[in-house]
Amino acid sequence: MKIHLNVWRQKNAQTNGKFETYDLDNISEDMSFLEMLDVLNEGLINEGKEPVVFDHDCREGICGTCSMVINGKPHGPQKLTTTCQLHMRSFKDGDHITIEPFRAGAFPVIKDLMVDRSAFDRIQQAGGYISVNTSGRPVDANAIPIEKDKADASFNAATCIGCGACVAACKNASAMLFTSAKVSQYALLPQGRVEATTRVLNMVKQMDLEGFGNCTNTGACEIECPKGISLENIARLNREYLSASIKG
Amino acid sequence: MAKLESRVPNGPLAEKWSKHKNDIRLVNPANKRNIDIIVIGTGLAGASASASLAELGYNVKTFCYQDSPRRAHSIAAQGGVNAAKNYQGDGDSVYRLFYDTIKGGDYRSREANVHRLAEVSTNIIDQCVAQGVPFAREYGGLLDNRSFGGVQVSRTFYAKGQTGQQLLLGAYSAMNRQIQRGKIKSYTRHEMLDLVLVDGKARGIIARNLVTGELERHSAHAVVLATGGYGNVFYLSTYCMGANVMAAWRAHRRGAHFANPCFTQIHPTCIPVSGDHQSKLTLMSESLRNDGRIWVPKKLEDAKAIREGKLKPTDLAEEDRDYYLERRYPAFGNLVPRDVASRAAKERCDAGFGVNKTGEAVYLDFDSAIMRYGREKANTMGLKDADDKKVRALGEEIVEAKYGNLFQMYEKIVNENPYKTPMKIYPAVHYAMGGLWVDYNLMTTIPGCYAAGEANFSDHGANRLGASALMQGLADGYFVLPYTIGDYLAEDIQTGSISTDLPEFEAAEKEVKERLEKLMSGSGKHSVDYYHKKLGKIMWNKCGMSRNEQGLKEAIKEIADLREDFYKNVRIPGELNAMNSELEKAHRVADFLELGELFAVDALNRNESCGGHFREEYQTEEGEALRDDENYRYVAAWEYTGVPSGAKLHKEELVYENIELKTRSYK
Repeated sequence: MKIHLNVWRQKNAQTNGKFETYDLDNISEDMSFLEMLDVLNEGLINEGKEPVVFDHDCREGICGTCSMVINGKPHGPQKLTTTCQLHMRSFKDGDHITIEPFRAGAFPVIKDLMVDRSAFDRIQQAGGYISVNTSGRPVDANAIPIEKDKADASFNAATCIGCGACVAACKNASAMLFTSAKVSQYALLPQGRVEATTRVLNMVKQMDLEGFGNCTNTGACEIECPKGISLENIARLNREYLSASIKG
Repeated sequence: MAKLESRVPNGPLAEKWSKHKNDIRLVNPANKRNIDIIVIGTGLAGASASASLAELGYNVKTFCYQDSPRRAHSIAAQGGVNAAKNYQGDGDSVYRLFYDTIKGGDYRSREANVHRLAEVSTNIIDQCVAQGVPFAREYGGLLDNRSFGGVQVSRTFYAKGQTGQQLLLGAYSAMNRQIQRGKIKSYTRHEMLDLVLVDGKARGIIARNLVTGELERHSAHAVVLATGGYGNVFYLSTYCMGANVMAAWRAHRRGAHFANPCFTQIHPTCIPVSGDHQSKLTLMSESLRNDGRIWVPKKLEDAKAIREGKLKPTDLAEEDRDYYLERRYPAFGNLVPRDVASRAAKERCDAGFGVNKTGEAVYLDFDSAIMRYGREKANTMGLKDADDKKVRALGEEIVEAKYGNLFQMYEKIVNENPYKTPMKIYPAVHYAMGGLWVDYNLMTTIPGCYAAGEANFSDHGANRLGASALMQGLADGYFVLPYTIGDYLAEDIQTGSISTDLPEFEAAEKEVKERLEKLMSGSGKHSVDYYHKKLGKIMWNKCGMSRNEQGLKEAIKEIADLREDFYKNVRIPGELNAMNSELEKAHRVADFLELGELFAVDALNRNESCGGHFREEYQTEEGEALRDDENYRYVAAWEYTGVPSGAKLHKEELVYENIELKTRSYK
């Protein structure tokens, strides 16, 4: 099939970017979206031009590296799908496709479609862990039984891939869904309760410092999340934060 | 170069590790604060090693090419992690895990290392649970297990189909705690381009900041390479796009021996190739073989009709299907080890029974599992008279709970619903058992340079069992390296920090710069991918699932020619001193073009078939691998001498004191 691309090109964070258009022929519907971009880049290289830079790595929807807004939606039109798992069969012959980087003040553009998401790392560093030494001798893994429902809910929160689609989807560029997923994973486990108070306070503080916006409960993040992370996590974060603030 | 010294401690096998821990030198806490360690790679081995070393008090610098340590490819491991907990009471033990791993590796791994791995496996689970890793649990609140290939117990712990993700996030969280404390400095979007030796010891690296293009010098008292495997030498593999051999290869060129490069794992259950545009292959977890049955049509005409789209697999009667693994290996059935399952699939497809357009696919069918689970569920719900439709619906729910994300991934890629029609699968490159040669302390032949996880060679022999990569990565990083590295660093308590102004750093940086400039100066005929794809074709056709003397000899020559052409004609647009994704790729492919040659040399040298290394000349009448213990019971450790094909062979004889060498049988 034939497609028309409108791609954001930006040399680096210091310069302004603009859209460039490219036409591609002979695109197979079995190609993944990123393989379609590989074809575009192969063509650009053969013309001696610089290829479009985009973040990608595992190409199986789990590393969370790929990050682009396709026709106005983070990760494109298909629900519960990262860009790398999106296939060209989701598009029609002759389609116009606009590709932009994830846009948020806290995610500055590095080049073209690549953005800097290190703010997410810093939120995790502020408290996204349980303070147990790795080289110590912890208790036997089965010493503390955990209700299956709770363990499963904790797992569901922990499946967040940290891609940042929630931020890109939010009109406030809020990172609440991301932060709440991590807070929830630990809040739901007995091992995580011990440090629950400081964890939530520190992580929320860092989130604010990074310049992410507030949550106004529009729910766009949940709709665009490729891993189906639930808004319930934000409710849990708010509850944890409130009770932590009272405890001080 | 000195003789290979494995430094395996004396004494009975089960006591070696404890004894060794008691005997080796330690570094006291105050001195640890004066010692710097560089860790390259932040997958399971790298992240767990960094966190543990920093906790002990060392100053750690970590490097990864990804934008965050959490994205290393360990994250994509699906099925699970083994541990000899024997929670199921099904006869498991440390010895049995040890035995299964040695046998699974076709008797080409080092006994003492494997036993240690089995010993510390139980700590891993305790550790991860304490860290908040949400493993799958039973209704009673205890941890659940499942079974993997090549074993007859259930010892695999899992978190749905995302076990690697959960374990890596656990190790990453331990890293984060140390980053926050200031004990780890994390360098993301940085790639190691060379190892720096001072007085024969590894004392630092040259790294490239991938955002600015700048070269940087970093010094340390020891360097740990936890950089994963080299499967991307095949171009198409289940590895992530960025996985590369550069760090290990650069260490090799500086004096680290490379062991058994031809031992590469071809995983039986991957989604088949769909066309020339394909950039990577996707694994369908081995855990699916717990419930999926593998088959092809019995009759050639049915296979042909299926390929032409005239017949559907679901139309084929039970008696017209050939469940070839169950037929050939009744004791292990669909759960034979990966090398055996992969070769059996290739054998059927080569004989004309393949079931997709290209003829390179077999079925993985969940129908019997769906009906079996559905019937059990109906019974427990008291629905004794449920009809097939109801039973099927209940069964699908259970299969979804077990493998939902894998089924969803399959459907996205292939556009077929695996609940309704069998999956199509075919083998693909998945893991490298070979890697840098290391001694019992995980040190390479360069003093102070260590290799952990998939980057080393020691634990999996010629074939790795499922769910053992996660086990080994975490064992090396959490429980082995933090102990053993002290034995070496005890000499460095008075060294003080290493200056990056030393002439050795200057020289290494200059070499790297020249290499980069050479790459940028190609005449510009072909893209990097053009060469990578060509290399991949040579590797797959001549060094893939089966190999022979003639093909390997051709491969050695073809790869050398391709390398020459690459340097002359590769085209890299953009600038040297800025972000340049094509330059990054070119640099990685340049090293693959050398490794590929050594790979073929190693495969040619090994005149036997074992594990993932199948030489057509050496097979039984039934087509099973024919090992030669008399002549090849050794680790082939290659010393770099200037050209890959001129590498010098060193042999580490493998001694089996506790296990009797047998023909591996899964019948």
